[in-house]
Amino acid sequence: MSSGETIWTDDPPFPENAKRALTDSQLRRNLRKATTTIRERRDGLIGEMADWQELRAAGAAIKDDVLRNLDRYLEQFEQAATAHGAQVHWARDADEANSTVASLIEATGEREVIKVKSMATQEIGLVPALARRGIEAYETDLAEMIVQLGHDRPSHIVVPAIHKNRAEIREIFLREMDDAPPDLTDDPQELAEAARRHLRRKFFESKVAISGANFAIAQTGSLLVAESEGNGRMCLTLPRTLISVVGIEKLIPTFRDLEVFLQLLPRSATGERMNPYNTVWTGVTPGDGPQEVHIVLLDNGRTNVLRDEIGRQALRCIRCAACLNVCPVYQRTGGHAYGATYPGPIGAVLTPQLVGVEHASKLPFASSLCGYCYEVCPVKIDIPTVLVKLRHDVVRARRHPAEDAVFAAAAGAMKGRRRWTQALRLAPLMRFVRRGGPPPLSRWTAVRDLPEPPRRSFRDWWVKEHQRP
Amino acid sequence: MARRVALFATCLIDALFPDAGRATVELLERLGQPVEFPLEQTCCGQMHANSGYFEADLVRRYIDVFHPYDAVVVPSGSCAGAIRHQHPMIARAAGDEALAARAEAIAAKTYELSQFLIDVLGIDDVGAYFPHRVTYHPTCHSLRMLGVGDRPLRLLRNVRGIDLVELPRWDECCGFGGTFAVKNVDTSAAMLADKMEAVIETRAEVLCAGDRSCLMHIGGGLDRNRTGIRTLHLAEILASAEAA
Repeated sequence: MSSGETIWTDDPPFPENAKRALTDSQLRRNLRKATTTIRERRDGLIGEMADWQELRAAGAAIKDDVLRNLDRYLEQFEQAATAHGAQVHWARDADEANSTVASLIEATGEREVIKVKSMATQEIGLVPALARRGIEAYETDLAEMIVQLGHDRPSHIVVPAIHKNRAEIREIFLREMDDAPPDLTDDPQELAEAARRHLRRKFFESKVAISGANFAIAQTGSLLVAESEGNGRMCLTLPRTLISVVGIEKLIPTFRDLEVFLQLLPRSATGERMNPYNTVWTGVTPGDGPQEVHIVLLDNGRTNVLRDEIGRQALRCIRCAACLNVCPVYQRTGGHAYGATYPGPIGAVLTPQLVGVEHASKLPFASSLCGYCYEVCPVKIDIPTVLVKLRHDVVRARRHPAEDAVFAAAAGAMKGRRRWTQALRLAPLMRFVRRGGPPPLSRWTAVRDLPEPPRRSFRDWWVKEHQRP
Repeated sequence: MARRVALFATCLIDALFPDAGRATVELLERLGQPVEFPLEQTCCGQMHANSGYFEADLVRRYIDVFHPYDAVVVPSGSCAGAIRHQHPMIARAAGDEALAARAEAIAAKTYELSQFLIDVLGIDDVGAYFPHRVTYHPTCHSLRMLGVGDRPLRLLRNVRGIDLVELPRWDECCGFGGTFAVKNVDTSAAMLADKMEAVIETRAEVLCAGDRSCLMHIGGGLDRNRTGIRTLHLAEILASAEAA
C-alpha cells in the first residue's frame, strides 16, 4: 500500500478511538438523530416495494458477474469509452492515480479545480496529494465542503458531515468562508444559500473538474454520477476538462442494468425513490460539455480482494451506507473511530482487505455481529460472515501469545468429555470475581456482574436424574 | 413428531445456567417429546470462531455426537445459528469438504427451541402459566442469522397469566457479541446502557430471551445497577406451570 494520507487504521486502534468518541454527547445526539431519520425514510420506501428481495438478488448477481469477468468488462469499457473520445488511464495504486490526475491538471495550466463528492478520491487522498503539487481542489458537495472548510475528515459515506449539527456548521462557515454573510443564522435554508453563493462563483470560474462515478457501463463506456444537490451536474457539464477516478469494481455490464441499481441505490442511501440528479456521460460530445474527458481506472488493492472467495463480495458495494445507518456500533462511535476512508460495517470488511489485515487488525472486531447490516444491504453482502472470516485471517497473521493461550486452553477443555467435566468443576470459583478479577475478566466486570455460579452443572443434574447407576 | 431427539445444551448453559437446560428438558417431556443428552457434547465453537479461532475439531465433535439423532434441539438462537451457518465455513477453511457436507446435513436437522416447538412439534401453546410482567428481547442471532421471526412471541402470548409488554427499540443489539463485550468494552457498555434503559422503561419484572449469553450480559448490567429485574430464558417461562 502506498500514499500515506488516507491509510491510518490501527493508529490509534478502533477501541481507543471509540472510547474517546463515546464521551462526546453532542456527537452521539447528532448521529442518533441523523441515522434514525435516514433509516426511517429508507424503511418506509422499502416497505412499498413488493419485489425488493428480488431486486437485491438481481443487484448481487449482476455485481458477481462483473467481478467474475472483470478483465473482459474492463477492456470492453476502455474500448467503448475511447471510441467516444474519452482517454482511459490505468492506476495500480493511490500514488499512480494521484500523479496521473495531477499531471493531467498541470497540462491544462490550471491551479484550481472543483470536485464532485467521490469516495475513490478520498480513498487515495487526492486532495492533499494535489495540494502538494500546488493545486487547490475545492469540494462542491455541501457536506464535503463543510468538512473541507472545517479541516475535518468525512465520517459517513453518503453524509460526510453527519457528525456536525447546524449550529456547528454555522460556526465553520463564519470562521472559514470568506464570503459568508456576517448575520448568518443556523437556519438550514440560510446555510444552504450561503454555500450556494460561495460555490456558484467557483462553478463559473473553474476550467477543470474532478469526479468519481457510481457506475461505469462496460457496454457503452458511460459513467454515471448520482447526487442530490446539483453541484455534481455543474462540475460534470461546465468545465472544459473532466477527470473521473473510478474504482474497477464500479462496472456494470449494460445500460439496462441501471434499472436495478437506480432503484436499489437511492432508496438505500438517502431514502428517496430516485436521486434528484443522475448525470450520465459517454466520452466527449463535440460542442457540449467537457471537451477533454479522462477516466482513471483505479485498482488500489481491489484485485487482492478478488482473490478471497468469501471476502470478495465486499466489492459488490455500491456505497449506499445503509449498513452504517443501522449499525449499533457506528451509531455510537461515529465514522472517525474506524480511522479509514470507509467507516461502519462495510468499512470494517473493505478496509482490511484493501490495505491488508495486518494494517487494520482491529476493524474486523469492531462489530457485535448483530447482522443488521446484512439485512439492509441492497447487494446482499453478508458482512457478518466476511467479518468472521477476516477475524480468522487476523488471528493467523498476528502474534498474540496470551490470547492464543487462553483460546487454546478453552478449546483443549472442550475436546474431551473428561476434560470438559473437570473444567466445569471450576465454575464455582467465579463467585470470587463476580465484580472484579484480573484482565481480561475485569473488562467484563467493569460494567456488569458475572452471574452467581450454579451449585452444579447441567450435566450433573442430568446424570443424577436420567441415568441410573 | 421426531423419533430420536437430542438436546445440545450449549457450553454456557451446561456450565453456568443449568436451570435453562433443565427447563428445556422438562418442557419437552411435558409435551410428550423425550430428549436425550449425549454426554460427549461440549461446545459448538462459536465463541472461538467469532474471535477468529476456527476449531474444526469442535465442528467434528458436534457432528460425531449428534449424527445418530433425527433432530437436535438447542436452547440458543446464537449457537443454533453458528451450527447452521458457521460449521460448514469452518470445515471448508480447514480444507475438509467431506466434513463441510456432513456439517450441512446435521445443520439442517438442528433447531433452536422455538423453531423446534412450532416447526417440528407443531405446538404454539405449551400450556404454561406465568403470572408476571415480562418483556422479550429478540436476540440478534435468533432474529437475523437464524430467522426465528415471531415464533418466541407466539409461544409467549399463549402463556396464561403473563403480562407481556413490548420492548422499545427491540430490534437493536444489546451489545454482547461474545468477545466483543471484552475487546470493545466501551462500545458494548454504551449499547448495554441503551438496552437497559429500554428494559427499565417497560416496568417489567422479567426480561426474557432465547439466548442465555445475551441475558448474561444484560442481566449482569441490570444486577450491577440494582434494578431488581430478573432475566429468564424462554424455556424457563414456557416450562412454568400451575401447581397441580
